[in-house]
Amino acid sequence: MPGGNMKADRRTALGLGAAAIAVAGGGLAYALNHEAPLPPGALGGADMARGHRLRDGGFPAPSSEEEVDLVIAGGGVAGLSAGWRLTDAGFSNFKLLELEDAVGGNARCGRNAVSAYPLGAHYLPVANREAKALRHLLRQLGVIIGDADGVPVYDPVQLCADLQERLFWQGRWQEGLIPRTGLTRRDREDLAAFDAQMKRFSSYVGTDGKPAFAVPMAYSSQEPHLRALDGQSFAEWLDAQGWHSPVLRAHVRYAMRDDYGTEPQHVSAWAGIHYFAGRRGWAANGAGENELTWPEGNGRLVGQLAGFFPGKIARGHIVHRVTREGDRVLVDSFDVAANRTVRTRARAAILAMPHFIATRVCPELGDAKAFSYAPWLIANVTVDHLPGGRGVPLAWDNVSSTSDSLGYVVATHQGPAAISEKTVLTWYLPLSNMEPAAARRLLVERSADEWKRIVRDDLLALHPELDGAIGAIELWRWGHAMIRPTPGFLDRGTTHQPAPPLFLAHSDLSGLSLFEEAHYHGVRAAEGAMTLLRHAHESLL
Amino acid sequence: MAEGDPAHPRFRASAPAAALLASAFVVSTCGLIYELLASTLASYLLGDSVTQFSTVIGSYLFAMGVGSWCSRYVKRDEVRLFVRVELLIALIGGSSAAALFLLFPLVEHFRVALYGLVLAIGFLVGLEIPLLIRILRGFDFRETVSNVLTFDYVGALVASLLFPLLLMPHLGMIRTGFLFGIANAAVALALLFVLPRATGYRSEKLAGVLILIGLIAGFIASDRLQRWAEVASYGEPVIYAQTTRFQRIVLTRRDDDLRLYLNGNLQFSSRDEYRYHEALVHPALGRVANPRNVLIFGGGDGLAAREVLKHPEVAKLTLVDLDGEMTSLFSNTPTLAALNRGSLTDKRMTVINADGFRWAREHSGQYDAIIVDFPDPVDYSVGKLYTDTFYRAARKLLAPGGMMVVQSTSPLVAPNAFWTVASTLEAVGLQTRGYHVYVPSFGEWGFVLAAARPIPDQARTLPGGRFLTPTIDQRLFDFPPDMARRPTPVNRLDNQVLVREFADAWGKYEG
Repeated sequence: MPGGNMKADRRTALGLGAAAIAVAGGGLAYALNHEAPLPPGALGGADMARGHRLRDGGFPAPSSEEEVDLVIAGGGVAGLSAGWRLTDAGFSNFKLLELEDAVGGNARCGRNAVSAYPLGAHYLPVANREAKALRHLLRQLGVIIGDADGVPVYDPVQLCADLQERLFWQGRWQEGLIPRTGLTRRDREDLAAFDAQMKRFSSYVGTDGKPAFAVPMAYSSQEPHLRALDGQSFAEWLDAQGWHSPVLRAHVRYAMRDDYGTEPQHVSAWAGIHYFAGRRGWAANGAGENELTWPEGNGRLVGQLAGFFPGKIARGHIVHRVTREGDRVLVDSFDVAANRTVRTRARAAILAMPHFIATRVCPELGDAKAFSYAPWLIANVTVDHLPGGRGVPLAWDNVSSTSDSLGYVVATHQGPAAISEKTVLTWYLPLSNMEPAAARRLLVERSADEWKRIVRDDLLALHPELDGAIGAIELWRWGHAMIRPTPGFLDRGTTHQPAPPLFLAHSDLSGLSLFEEAHYHGVRAAEGAMTLLRHAHESLL
Repeated sequence: MAEGDPAHPRFRASAPAAALLASAFVVSTCGLIYELLASTLASYLLGDSVTQFSTVIGSYLFAMGVGSWCSRYVKRDEVRLFVRVELLIALIGGSSAAALFLLFPLVEHFRVALYGLVLAIGFLVGLEIPLLIRILRGFDFRETVSNVLTFDYVGALVASLLFPLLLMPHLGMIRTGFLFGIANAAVALALLFVLPRATGYRSEKLAGVLILIGLIAGFIASDRLQRWAEVASYGEPVIYAQTTRFQRIVLTRRDDDLRLYLNGNLQFSSRDEYRYHEALVHPALGRVANPRNVLIFGGGDGLAAREVLKHPEVAKLTLVDLDGEMTSLFSNTPTLAALNRGSLTDKRMTVINADGFRWAREHSGQYDAIIVDFPDPVDYSVGKLYTDTFYRAARKLLAPGGMMVVQSTSPLVAPNAFWTVASTLEAVGLQTRGYHVYVPSFGEWGFVLAAARPIPDQARTLPGGRFLTPTIDQRLFDFPPDMARRPTPVNRLDNQVLVREFADAWGKYEG
């Protein structure tokens, strides 16, 4: 500061100070307002153009005909399971038609340079003892690798590795999904009472000799007092028990949104209890409560199912009309690549499509007004390093008690390496807090950038350390991700069964969008069709 | 102590003068403390203490000179500037240690930050003494100069004695910094209230209080800051620190003791690593008839490989380590390559940088000996390398007469974890024998031998071992009751009991 008097100096100092404050303030404002550029990534989803074309019609008349013993319309888990069951029984004269360019339905997967990742369903719990057909499949796939004293031994690499789940609760990650610290006496009492009641339901066997809640649910007891639970919502049932602990209710809400994409006040109490009391995994080495998972989620299973009969799958074929002709079924499908309609004349057909589509292509099924579907947004976020956080280390499933999302699963949790650097986080958001139709509109109208911002901000709120580490956000929209098991759903699926040679196969018939249900219905339909066509087989059901 | 002598006629004792002299004392003490902190920190983080001390002290004194020279441009209001400078010193100096530790892993040019701080503090301290003399100009000049400089130099002695004897051992660098910042700020604030001319210095008072609060908060949060500044947690000077894709590699050296830390966990100390590595390698190789083909998992430092290559039968050695930066560091750095005697670049050696879990499952081979030297199972990722799934894959790589050895943590601190490794190896159909060795820098350490055949009692030992002799080999297998075998579960991928046992045991051990 050469020369000048103190006054001038002070003025200079004031000026400098003001300038510094202006610069700092401006920088702060810039930092607050100017957001980092959004990561790249596409917006994908079930093919809306094809779906809407199905709704709006206008397909050309059939230009050629073909004959086959059996047609499976739909290549989701149910259709693929039907195809697997047929192949396993040596029935080979069939064809599977899939609307999309990829099979798998909501169990599809994606892949990038870092890892494969799920686009929807991402795990399968260890099978219950009653799930005979499923266990048969799991043995063939090398998931069940043997028996120990008559109890199935699961492949350790496919069982979800430790640490399975963690919950961000009161500023720390804790193991498991139910909060364990900072609980009031009321919370502890309600949690304990709820847990005890669910255990009672789980071990209850009806007078018909069936478990109260089974997976697949077709094996559940038909006792009226149990089925009566379907007359009210889960929230009403919990209220009636006097369980109002916000911690318990938040956990229940998480569970209902996780499996059903639906709020507890809209879930049937039977379905709600089924979530907590239906799982009795039968496995050696204490693996009964674990689940099976893979980097690509259930995309692994659908890929393997399709691998049983690769030559029989026609992708990009929109089945738009199913009619009867004498004892035959005529299945009209539009071949997207060839831009023409093919008529397939079959001795039997399995409609393995969501019920709202099945009723559209086959009017004799009536309507699907009582069936409602939950919309979901799924984001696959590629990150340069693993998320961390205070408390227990990264788990496979990471849930935050402070977010409306369901958190994320880690694609590389199962390996193939022990230690991973980059990974893909699959982030799930069921749009359950508004009417499904309104939520579907939002899903379509909200731009990719807006969705990315929501996903990124949700992750960064949990993991500030991921700032700058997000390489890409791939979005996936499911307008009709899964059936909603609303009260009264138990009767819904069974009232719509058509007469042979038409068979329905979809988890919509159960009302629970679970792999086990879809698989069960696929196997059931395939066995029904084989019986009709007099193909000898031993039932797996 | 700055009371002056009231009996002395030429020094008119007054509160303001006493306060000013006291502040000269405090400022000089603090100034020297900051200087010592910067020097120590620099030699700690950058190594080569002679250079660091010389350059830091040199630049500090130089900056003081610049500050003194600049003081001529201050024409009026010395008191206000003096207080401001003192507050700035409190802020910058007090938080300098914390700031430098936190900055070290973040900035590329650490020296710029270091010398920037040293120069800033030096400049401000240099500005102060001339100002002080001018403020006291109303007193006798001869007395003033004498008093100011006396307190300045005496303060330096106090600082230089306090620093090594009391502060460093008891408070640590970060806390010491904050403590002296607090002293600095307190003196500045006291001046504001004592000096008659200082009434109305409202903004200075406000700034002083804020800085004081900030420094006290920093002092209280020192432990947390210390944890953040992980480099501060090593007991020895850091000579190399690098974050690779997979881990944080830190090398420290004190005299002839070179230490490697991965993610903050000690991997070896060059003083006693021979005990660990001789015990890791020779009991296994000495129980194989003709160990020609050997595989090492982990051990990217090449020290286990050094021991393997001492066996003349070994024709081929494969080392699978995750981190390429680790193996190249220990291949290409002369001091480190001297330590492993060039084992990583030996012509018999093949280094593969891959994840051991994946590699073992995807490769086949017939190895006469497999040395498994992974880091301790501190988390679920590393824990996968201690599961039955990994051992099943490793077993497939083992020749019929082969022998495997697994480093298995401390059987004294974590006996359950140690014996879990044995029961997990047994779960894949291997026979096991545990043994242990005392490594001073680790404590009591354990290993498990495993083979698909009975494990012989007798072993060949190499001549010239610094630790292992035939007699010692026999003794390793005796376990006193506090480490003795106990029933333990099998460590599986879906239920990593080992990680939990390990964390429990070491959590208790380390408090």
